[in-house]
Amino acid sequence: MARRIKLAGQPYNESMSSEHSARLPERDRPWMMRTYAGHSTAAASNELYRRNLEKGQTGLSIAFDLPTQTGYDPDDELARGEVGKVGVPIAHRGDMAALLDGIPLGEMNTSMTINATAAWLLALYIVTAEAQDVAQEQLQGTTQNDIIKEFLARGTYAFPPAPSMRLIADMIAYTVEHVPKWNPINICSYHLQEAGATPVQEIAYAMSNAIAVLDATRERVGEERMEQVFGRISFFVNAGVRFIEEHAKLRAMSILWEELGRERYGVQDPHHLRFRYGVQVNSLGLTEAQPENNVQRIVLEALAVTLGRDARARAIQLPAWNEALGLPRPWDQQWSLRIQQVLAYETDLLEYPDIFEGSKVMDALVEELLDGARAEMAVVAEHGGAVEAVPYMKAALVDSHRERIRRIEEGEQVVVGQNRFTETEDSPLTADAEGGILVVDPAVEAEQIEAVRRWRAQRDQAAVDEALAALARAARDERAGAASPEGENLMVATIAAARAGATTGEWARTLREVFGSYRAPTGVGEAAALGQAGIDSELGELRGEVARLQEKLGRRPKILVGKPGLDGHSNGAEQIALRARDSGMDVVYEGIRLTPAQIAASALQEGVHVIGLSILSGSHRELIPAVIGALHDAGVAAPVVVGGIIPEQDVAPLRDAGVAAVYTPKDFDLTRIMRDIVALVDAGANGSPAAGEPATVGAAHGGASQANGAVANGGA
Amino acid sequence: MSADDEGAALGARLRAHDLSAAPAALNLLESTAPADRAQAAALLHEVSPTALGHEPPGQLIGVTGPPGAGKSTLLSALVHAWRAHQRTVAVLAVDPSSRRSGGSLLGDRARIEFDPADRGVLIRSTAAGQRLGGLAHATRGAAAALAAAFDVVVIETVGVGQAETDVADVADTVVVVVQPGSGDVLQFLKAGIMETPDVLVVTKADLGQIALRTQRDLAAALRSLGARDTRVLSVCAVHPPSGIDELVAALEEHRASLDLPARRAAARRASALTDFTIEHGERALRALGGRAAAQALLAAQDPGMEVPALVDTLERSLA
Repeated sequence: MARRIKLAGQPYNESMSSEHSARLPERDRPWMMRTYAGHSTAAASNELYRRNLEKGQTGLSIAFDLPTQTGYDPDDELARGEVGKVGVPIAHRGDMAALLDGIPLGEMNTSMTINATAAWLLALYIVTAEAQDVAQEQLQGTTQNDIIKEFLARGTYAFPPAPSMRLIADMIAYTVEHVPKWNPINICSYHLQEAGATPVQEIAYAMSNAIAVLDATRERVGEERMEQVFGRISFFVNAGVRFIEEHAKLRAMSILWEELGRERYGVQDPHHLRFRYGVQVNSLGLTEAQPENNVQRIVLEALAVTLGRDARARAIQLPAWNEALGLPRPWDQQWSLRIQQVLAYETDLLEYPDIFEGSKVMDALVEELLDGARAEMAVVAEHGGAVEAVPYMKAALVDSHRERIRRIEEGEQVVVGQNRFTETEDSPLTADAEGGILVVDPAVEAEQIEAVRRWRAQRDQAAVDEALAALARAARDERAGAASPEGENLMVATIAAARAGATTGEWARTLREVFGSYRAPTGVGEAAALGQAGIDSELGELRGEVARLQEKLGRRPKILVGKPGLDGHSNGAEQIALRARDSGMDVVYEGIRLTPAQIAASALQEGVHVIGLSILSGSHRELIPAVIGALHDAGVAAPVVVGGIIPEQDVAPLRDAGVAAVYTPKDFDLTRIMRDIVALVDAGANGSPAAGEPATVGAAHGGASQANGAVANGGA
Repeated sequence: MSADDEGAALGARLRAHDLSAAPAALNLLESTAPADRAQAAALLHEVSPTALGHEPPGQLIGVTGPPGAGKSTLLSALVHAWRAHQRTVAVLAVDPSSRRSGGSLLGDRARIEFDPADRGVLIRSTAAGQRLGGLAHATRGAAAALAAAFDVVVIETVGVGQAETDVADVADTVVVVVQPGSGDVLQFLKAGIMETPDVLVVTKADLGQIALRTQRDLAAALRSLGARDTRVLSVCAVHPPSGIDELVAALEEHRASLDLPARRAAARRASALTDFTIEHGERALRALGGRAAAQALLAAQDPGMEVPALVDTLERSLA
């Protein structure tokens, strides 16, 4: 294959006259600057957006709460504890209007992190714009709308793969026609890296995912619209702290993308062939220990996506320094916005042509990544494409993440302040009463429940019923989906339902009734048993402990691992499940989106000795006591341990509620956590601590493993 | 540790169809602690045909097939269908264990959908342990005990070849699940590596032609083997489901065609011989006068005798 390192992408300046000069004739325009934001209520978030825009932010990035992302209203049982936590709750067009009040939608460029319910939220946005007298043709922005990565890494899916792909194809077909400036989908490699992907996996799986989406869309819109469709597809990527390699990764993606457009879809126009991407830099590598170090990590990661002009990001949002601690406050987010502004306006970054052009090192790095990615893309193709290969890719990600954790545990990969240079002064940044994070008022949920009930009571119910019936009919249209441009487009019925005043939960329920529900593969069953010599010696000792405990109990120690609530970030729970298995325990892995009743029923039926719960969405104060109550009602005496992003000040209340141990991101040694758990079960077998009573466990308080950490904010 | 009469008490509750006794009964049956083993034997005696006066009424269905064939999705749909007919269901899902650590990931729970408020469904995952054949040591006892209380007891195992042979020792009806286009089952069937199941299910009927072809190929192979009684069904367990009611009916039909007491008595005797051999080895079997002699000894016992009592008979004749 001919190697062509010069990229087509010249994002901001078409002129090539500067090619042989050290400086650009004119300084480049900066990328779009955003902050991933939203919490509590539409009104509170609107206030936050206006403030952010005043501070020089140039676009909006809306964070929705988990019920909105997964298609439940605030008063749904599954929404308990999650309303307004990792984002803003939007239940109907009234909420969307309040969220965007006073923000001119004809001029704004809005990115919405929304996937399973993307069609619905875009419909609410269009209807809100209508009310502002802004036509849909004028709207600019992005819906994330990438379902395959939800199955792989983020967990906020709502429908099975086939109808999910149809929804995406319908949306793309609709927007290309009627909302031409909209990016209907952002293919995400971001979450793959958060789930442990290597750069090669990140490139290969994202590109394979794009192929699946483009193929499905081609069947919907026909070959002749593909030029336009291809030009509307953008990416949402990640950048870790290994910023040179990360930059090479983006150059490799640009090359593959252009190649794909030309060769597979016959795209000619260089504008349409450009690899356009937005970025949120890495949260996985942000630490709870010495959290101020995260600022330097974020700066370096921002360099990865801006340094080389030929593969520079179109839009950037940076995480906040305290994401491994909890939800960031407006001030924390301002700090991250200022990082972008310093980079764009103070430094000379934007004055030069591509600084890596001709670099042998960069070219060789790019080649290496391209070779690896092409080989891995071939494997995905052999599985029948990205949709069919979800179980394969998921298992591969679980394996990669485990390898990453192993390297950190063994010190092969240095994490400053966590596994090296750990001596520290007390941080003044976390000295305030709330530990330097945002705490969402627990009253928000009750208010939102009241509000959605009021909304339902005051609207024209007959119109809503009719619109939802029409939506169900369109969903049942057998012609839609594979190879049939003449089937009904779900966007049309969705916009009508939005206009009529239907709610998020009603829209999703209507489609669930037609499409059925789905549980994505967990990847843990396929992951290889741990065999590295270093860990095995330590684990060997623990396995001996487990065997002794088995003799004592009469049964092999059995642990239930699961995630209550709507948070789909299962990476940590998966790693805990694997390490428990590798320690010799029997592990019932329950996966995501569990109600307290489900967890209690499973614990009872399975006869487990201990229960491990993982929560990253900040809903632990509500959900953990609910689970403990349900366990008590079911007569289950097994102790409960909790891992996740649990602020220090929440540890004592959780222990008071009956949690035996709490682990947060600073507890990165998983074997040590397992030793604690085995000791806890052993103590229980002696009859000392009864169910749910605090047991004395190892040193690990206030901390889930590195595995349990990651992505506080519901996943950007 | 169990109280002196815990086993018998749990057995009595299961006999009275008290489903809430099931988790504790399973804890006991899975335990290898000597005191628990005695209690487990007492439990099994309570639910034995000898004590009941008839075979436990629950329908014992073995479901097996290669990984990825769609067993769990199929089971979700079956559980749903059975519950719609007010039949109580227990699923015993057996997963392989890691040879390296001895631990297991029991993943099926996440894949079988159930309503946690529904007391009529129980799902229990067990690890196969180091025993070959895919059945956990306690699974036979668990199936026998649960059949006293639940209307349907499913034993789900993973594999092709040995798995359905093993599950045949405990189930009334053996279902092998295959996905369209998978050639192994066809080859194994033709080569006699796997025994002929009672029902063959081809999943993912929504794939169309390839599913139909697989169904036809399997039916043809079965005809050429002379296995005319084996039904081959094509089902779709995802939305919109199809073929599930037909499968439920086929399972009923098969069960109705059985001489249930004879089949179960034979299964119990086979299990007792297997357990005895694993516990004491081939040498002990020879001391009994060989396999045929041991079988004759078992055949002379009350056909309603439970497995631990049968093993006990063999052990006493050894001494």
